[in-house]
Amino acid sequence: MNRIDRKFSELRAKNKKAFIAFMTAGDPSLAATEALVPALERAGADIIELGVPFSDPMADGRTIQDASFRSLARGTTPVKILELVRHVRKVTDVPIALMTYYNPVFRFGEARFMAEAKAAGVDGLIIPDLPVVEAGCLRRAAAEHDMSVVFFLAPTTTQGRMAGILKAASGFVYFVSVAGVTGARVSVPNDLARQVKMARSMTRVPVCVGFGISTPSQVRDISLFADGVIVGSAIVKEIEKNAGAKDMTVRVAAFVKKLSSVL
Amino acid sequence: MRMPDVNGHFGEFGGRYVPETLMALLLDLEKDFSLCWKDPSFRKEFRFYLEEYAGRPTRLYYAERLSRQLKTLKVYLKREDLLHTGAHKVNNTLGQILVARRMGKKRIIAETGAGQHGVATATVCALFGLKCVVYMGSEDVKRQALNVVRMKLMGADVVPVESGSKTLKDAMNEAIRDWVTNVRDTYYLIGTVAGPHPYPYMVREFQSVIGIEARKQFLQKEKKLPDYLVACVGGGSNAMGLFYPFHQDKKVHIIGVEAAGHGLHSGAHSAAITAGSPGVLHGCKSALLQDENGQVSIAHSVAAGLDYPGVGPEHAYFNDTGIAEYVGVTDVEAIEALKVLSRTEGIIPALESAHAIAYLPKLARKVKGKKTVILCLSGRGDKDMGTISEVLGA
Repeated sequence: MNRIDRKFSELRAKNKKAFIAFMTAGDPSLAATEALVPALERAGADIIELGVPFSDPMADGRTIQDASFRSLARGTTPVKILELVRHVRKVTDVPIALMTYYNPVFRFGEARFMAEAKAAGVDGLIIPDLPVVEAGCLRRAAAEHDMSVVFFLAPTTTQGRMAGILKAASGFVYFVSVAGVTGARVSVPNDLARQVKMARSMTRVPVCVGFGISTPSQVRDISLFADGVIVGSAIVKEIEKNAGAKDMTVRVAAFVKKLSSVL
Repeated sequence: MRMPDVNGHFGEFGGRYVPETLMALLLDLEKDFSLCWKDPSFRKEFRFYLEEYAGRPTRLYYAERLSRQLKTLKVYLKREDLLHTGAHKVNNTLGQILVARRMGKKRIIAETGAGQHGVATATVCALFGLKCVVYMGSEDVKRQALNVVRMKLMGADVVPVESGSKTLKDAMNEAIRDWVTNVRDTYYLIGTVAGPHPYPYMVREFQSVIGIEARKQFLQKEKKLPDYLVACVGGGSNAMGLFYPFHQDKKVHIIGVEAAGHGLHSGAHSAAITAGSPGVLHGCKSALLQDENGQVSIAHSVAAGLDYPGVGPEHAYFNDTGIAEYVGVTDVEAIEALKVLSRTEGIIPALESAHAIAYLPKLARKVKGKKTVILCLSGRGDKDMGTISEVLGA
């Protein structure tokens, strides 16, 4: 049982839903990310997702694309992000998952990446362009180090595929709320509740919903039928907006607090 | 063993590395394409448009004066440059548009670098009255203004892409984002033997008409198989089209020519196989230009159609297994070759195809006795006159 699993069993015991906060590591700087992790935990984030930037973020909308390019331009690398996690582990035990694309992990070496991420204090990996059928090697390495590999479900996922994905999932399952890329949207699609409920009925792994969620009312609506709610672009935008401010951490934490406190 | 396998692998390469939202669609496409490909009425329709609309079969032309200059080589040119729209691209866009129609898709999207695939896509969309959106890096929109005009004339929307390096790879990222968002009614018409399965396989099948014809034509003329096949490789669709129908002929030497840009050690080239390493981009595992952290590098070639940091996965597989050999040719060598073919044969090749021509003198020096070659002249050079006049200062 890693920190992600422990967190969900704690929440379940309290009959609570998880608030999962995403930010791109290294935007506006690695030091800023390091300060934000414990601050967002205090603001109510149950799990932190750190984006490891990639040059070709094809599943991301403009907000996270831009954050990725800013971070890369500042020289962020996977090694530096692992170092950041190692530092952050001295002050917090909040579950941390890295979210990236497959190529940086593949290039690093899957087994080596898992080993070093575990040693740094990472609990799981989220890779949107890695389907279960290509993830054999990564899953073996993950199992060896008690790391979670988070897989995705989408509104277009057929029931047949859903069963296979849920069987492979660990930590939690990432249910994409809409067909599309990451980025804030106004409304929550109608059919989502039914699909998420179906997935939850088929697995013991928590099912969390992300993509397009940016307001407290959306967070509340989704928490009615999901095990957790993931907010990414809205937080990244808030970081971007306040990047120059001395009290950036405080402001972003206040924003997250507004979202998490409805749970 | 038949390649690709059930999950789209060519050895360790290929696969489907895409967001889950697209997976169901890719599985449908794979099923629909294989139904089409087995269906004689689909084949008949495809052949009809290839012949009546695009102008197939293309000639296999013995380039006598070029051969005389090369001394040890007898060179035949497979004249894909004579096809409608001026390049081999239309073989693929015709095939895919017929599949898209059978799938009931009403909206077609495509990525383009130099604009050739964009033009070939806009062409078939006009032919069938389908909505067409072409993503093109904003840098390329500026560099290839004439192709933008051509696409717009045929009714396509050309969307300039401002993110990342603002070139082909970013256009492809943006096309994938559109596709993920509009997956239910939109068909993504990929221009080369790359992308997630089944694209590398499907595009290979559509382009194989090049090699199937060339083989038959060569056998008629020379009563034997050629000693060498030579073609340029960017994504690699014209090359795969020529190579595949010969890939089991052990005595036929297959050579893919990549763009070495300013030189293989310059850091400014597009030679994914000769100077890259295994990686995953745009849905498939293949050879890739990347840094030590797995960030994709910016490719360079004077030929915009070769200017891509990846390559089709089956080429990476052909390289690994020795089925084909891959070499690099620089910008300077390609421009020289363009001049040579223009003057010896009165044929101005596309800068992409000129890379293949540029390898011939090197090959000529290596071989013993007289050897025969089929070279895929994948496109004509009209589109490159701007670049050429800049380079030559003419």
